[in-house]
Amino acid sequence: MMESHVDPKRRLWLFALTGLVLLFLVAPTLIVIPMSFSSSNSLTFPPPGYSLRWYETFLTSEKWQLATSVSLRMALGAMVLATVFGTMAAYGLHVTRHALRGALYGTLVLPLMVPSILIAIGTFFAYAALGLLNTVTGLVLVNTMIAIPFVLVTVGAGLRSYDMNQEMVARSLGANRLVAFLTVTLPQIKYSVISAALLSFIVAFDEVVVAVFISKGEKAPLTQVMFSTLRDEVDPTIAAVSTLLIALATIPPLVLQLLANRKKESRP
Amino acid sequence: MAGAIAFNTDLLARQEKRERANILRLALPASLLVLILLFVPIGWLMSLSFLGADGGLSFENYTRIWTEGAYVAIFVTTFQVSLWVTLICVLLGYPVAYTLNLLPEKISNILMLAVLIPCWTSLLVRTYAWLVLLQRRGVVNSALIDLGLIDQPLQLVHNMAGTVIGMVHIMLPFLVLPLYAAMRAIDGNLLRAAGNLGASPSRAFRDIFLPLSAPGLIAGAMLVFVMSLGFYITPVILGGGKVQMISQRIEASVSLFPTWGPASALAVVLLILTAAFLLLSWIAVRKLTPVETEAQ
Repeated sequence: MMESHVDPKRRLWLFALTGLVLLFLVAPTLIVIPMSFSSSNSLTFPPPGYSLRWYETFLTSEKWQLATSVSLRMALGAMVLATVFGTMAAYGLHVTRHALRGALYGTLVLPLMVPSILIAIGTFFAYAALGLLNTVTGLVLVNTMIAIPFVLVTVGAGLRSYDMNQEMVARSLGANRLVAFLTVTLPQIKYSVISAALLSFIVAFDEVVVAVFISKGEKAPLTQVMFSTLRDEVDPTIAAVSTLLIALATIPPLVLQLLANRKKESRP
Repeated sequence: MAGAIAFNTDLLARQEKRERANILRLALPASLLVLILLFVPIGWLMSLSFLGADGGLSFENYTRIWTEGAYVAIFVTTFQVSLWVTLICVLLGYPVAYTLNLLPEKISNILMLAVLIPCWTSLLVRTYAWLVLLQRRGVVNSALIDLGLIDQPLQLVHNMAGTVIGMVHIMLPFLVLPLYAAMRAIDGNLLRAAGNLGASPSRAFRDIFLPLSAPGLIAGAMLVFVMSLGFYITPVILGGGKVQMISQRIEASVSLFPTWGPASALAVVLLILTAAFLLLSWIAVRKLTPVETEAQ
């Protein structure tokens, strides 16, 4: 806490303004939930009546079912690949003292800094040549690239707080590097790896811009279908989809919180 | 004897070198992905941007950007939107970070959730929410009419206002988070010392707190500005076709022109702008960070 250098009257204004801004940040997300239970097909708020019809539409329409399945396959694929490749890279960059280390790290976090429209047009261009447009494989690969920086940062942080000497001991007792990593290091950085995996899943599941460019029709993920629906018409099914996405998005922070608590407990 | 030792160290050094290279190979799959999906296509697009419509070497894709009115207008709009978003984020974000910093850490950690929750929510969900809130008969307009502030509903969506509101909502956490971290790092004793030496609270704020929080503010503001330059989804949905930013033009060029030249020239310009502003903010933050804190 910092000693205040604001007189009480001004302080009240500050608190009021902060309250309003925080409301501005949270309210829009929350308003989607009651909208999804509306019985009307207009976007009036509060809804004139309540029903489950938009969830019914979502669950019965082939368009939304296909998109959900593409999204899940894409996000799971990207999660597995990004976690494996990202953890490998994080470990390699952590252990090595090679001169290329900094340059490689910079390269791998680059997808985080390049505007997504550029990743989108670049991938579109590359996939046109490779024949990967409108494929789940294509979506998995590009989302793996987009998620790797998150894995690199998360697992890298885990490795920095881990004592590498333990692995040295295992190796000096005859385990090779892979065995030493899998049996000694990995169990101790597992929370970082799980966090990284969850983060990659969410990043891939939520990605819109690249999906809009490189996928359409039957091979389009949920975000692409939502975007084109939003652009063309006002369909309250979006509110139902959005509510499900909000529910999905609250799971990882909760799991992470639980993991963090367990981590604290397991420490002496 | 001495020779044997020298030989051994030599061998060890070579082994060590091989080991370093080997271990670095673990980063190979990830690097290959970035190479194939980012470096090669963007490099190729860069070279295509110098090809004219007739297939010869030309700068026509670039000269078009600053001679044709439509392109100039797109850059003006992009900068306008980005500046508005950055300005509003600073005006709203600074007091929020400041207040969170005044409060005990336990309370501000809970309030911080309000800043973090939107980050976890899909960008599309939030854009959709604003579409609902800002429409003619939406919550915002009815609230303003009920309060007697306006008689007729305002046009808040499908224009610049809607785009800026939606983008501020997405970008605000990117300003508040680094700024709050920077403010937490400021030593409260400095302000107390200023007070003891006779500085008024507003003077202590202006001469001590503001300069010390400046690096965090500049870093956050630059991040917001640079990220705003490349926005695509929000201007398309909340701008309703009336707000044309660079990204939309790139998308349009891909479908509009048979060659990649025009789209890639725009992409190159966006890439250069992004890199230039990031570099600028890095320099500014370094310059503004006091030497003492840097050494810590």
